[in-house]
Amino acid sequence: MTDAIVVEGLVKRFGGTTALDGVDLTVAEGSVLGLLGPNGAGKTTVVRILTTLLRADAGRAEVVGLDVVRDADAVRASIGLTGQYAAVDEYLTGAENLEMVGRLYRLGRREARARAGQLLERFDLTGAADRPAKTYSGGMRRRLDIAASLIARPRVLFLDEPTTGLDPRSRLGMWDFIADLADGGTTILLTTQYLEEADRLADRMVVIDRGRVIARGTADELKAQVGGQRLELTATRGEVLPAIAERLRPLAVEEPHVDEQARRLSLPVSGGVEVLAEALRRLDGHIADVFDMGLRRPDLDDVFLTLTGHAADDGATDSGATDSGATDSGATDSGATDGGGTEDAATTSRDTPPAEPVPTGGAR
Amino acid sequence: MSSLAATLSDSVVITKRNLIKVKRVPDLIVFATLSPIMFVLLFRYVFGGAILLPDGISYAEFLLPGIFAQTVVFGSTITGASLADDLQKGLIDRFRSLPMSRSAVLVGRTLADLGLNVISVVVMALTGLVVGWRIHSSVGEAVGGFLVLLLFAFSFSWLMAMVGLLVRTPEVVNNASFIVIFPLTFVANTFVPLETFPTVLRVFAEWNPVSAVVQAARELFGNTVPGAPVADVWSLQHPVLYSVIWTAVILVVFVPLAVRLYQRTATR
Repeated sequence: MTDAIVVEGLVKRFGGTTALDGVDLTVAEGSVLGLLGPNGAGKTTVVRILTTLLRADAGRAEVVGLDVVRDADAVRASIGLTGQYAAVDEYLTGAENLEMVGRLYRLGRREARARAGQLLERFDLTGAADRPAKTYSGGMRRRLDIAASLIARPRVLFLDEPTTGLDPRSRLGMWDFIADLADGGTTILLTTQYLEEADRLADRMVVIDRGRVIARGTADELKAQVGGQRLELTATRGEVLPAIAERLRPLAVEEPHVDEQARRLSLPVSGGVEVLAEALRRLDGHIADVFDMGLRRPDLDDVFLTLTGHAADDGATDSGATDSGATDSGATDSGATDGGGTEDAATTSRDTPPAEPVPTGGAR
Repeated sequence: MSSLAATLSDSVVITKRNLIKVKRVPDLIVFATLSPIMFVLLFRYVFGGAILLPDGISYAEFLLPGIFAQTVVFGSTITGASLADDLQKGLIDRFRSLPMSRSAVLVGRTLADLGLNVISVVVMALTGLVVGWRIHSSVGEAVGGFLVLLLFAFSFSWLMAMVGLLVRTPEVVNNASFIVIFPLTFVANTFVPLETFPTVLRVFAEWNPVSAVVQAARELFGNTVPGAPVADVWSLQHPVLYSVIWTAVILVVFVPLAVRLYQRTATR
């Protein structure tokens, strides 16, 4: 497979600060790369250089085999960009916005109109096609923005934080659209602070922090870097945790972590469900004190914390796939919030399919 | 498509986009029409009686070319504010990522603002006719008068484009340009004859391009009388030529500068 994007040794300085300090990455044709990092890590700078908006101070970048500086015009004809802001003209209607961008991509008038119609339909905007974009909701604007970047059927699409600021329902909808595009063969470079989003959409990931690549690989490879799974247990009362930890200690491969405040115990373990069965056996007599228990593989939040020593972003904590985070995107269509531990865990597993958390063993 | 044809076609797309906004945003229409009407009426009736003019010139005839000039120069600030707005909203990033002509966004912008200025001038001229302003020259000269005014404002739009791309905030563009454009349009022969000015201001006003544009318009509309004194400086003795030189110089300097800046500008 050829690479649709090749980046080598990219360096960019703004005054005294170094935004990119030698970034290398490649994106295979037809695949989705998740570019992850906290605010200010340099994600947007990479996108701006690749979309010809900025020039790098050093290094080289190619998109569909074309140099982003020397062949900038040809690069622009092959890419679509959806930036962090929904860059639509709020005074033009949805249809006018798309036709304008189509014309500027050098489509003929009739073709621009036809493409605009198709995309409005595909992005559920047909009903709002003749209303000024000013009247659109945040989610509709974002969809219109993505539609605009797709009007000339770009081979490579850049999505810079496509769901930042969207409500949970719109975010889920956007994920479906992006997944569809990827299935259709478009190469996508996606930046995000939502680890869950990258986990769900990206084939491979590159994690950058302070302008450097600190990790790369598939979600599973990244998770493997952080270690194996852990047994997590929530007790009904914090005081009983030390006793429970003592009973389970023989199962742990590393020191267990007890958080009495949160009534939670986290135990790095190795092995599958048999560990859970063994744990239940050892808890005999304490079962009444256990509210919830389960095996969990590390998610990207754990990856990020381990790799960088800080969380992806303050805002990212609410999208984490821990049991409490499940309410974030799962609560829109289910009654998870009023359920007990089992329902919480079930919601969690729906949130992060690739993480494959094993269902919880017992709940009271 | 040749690059010139491509630039033209892209510029037309952008001009159309900007004019749709004029149609949909009432504020712009108000700015372009009501405020010039208000200025004509205010100056004509509030100051008109207090300003002494040489015999044979009515204040309405003296005033209208001045109001035209002031309004179209102010109108050109829309160029800067609108570009700053596009920049803030990420539209400039979008345009710059498209395979479109590098200058079309600016050409389309300045042409749309020229269009807005044409609307303003038509409205002011009609109001002027109501309050006693008349054109006494030939059709050709009258057209020349409007051209001098509009082309000067068009060149000013390019200067404002540069300001908008540098300043990046529409509100700041507006405030900053008022600080410059108020003195530029008031320390001139726009509303009162220059003879009453203190020396320093008078010298500035005599060489101020706005004075020349106003004087050129007055002469081309026939709003002067033969015996009326005109300051004995080259700029005002040859107002049409002096205005055209300024217009050309501003365009030659600021069109390339603004296009260059546009190509390097990205939302921060």
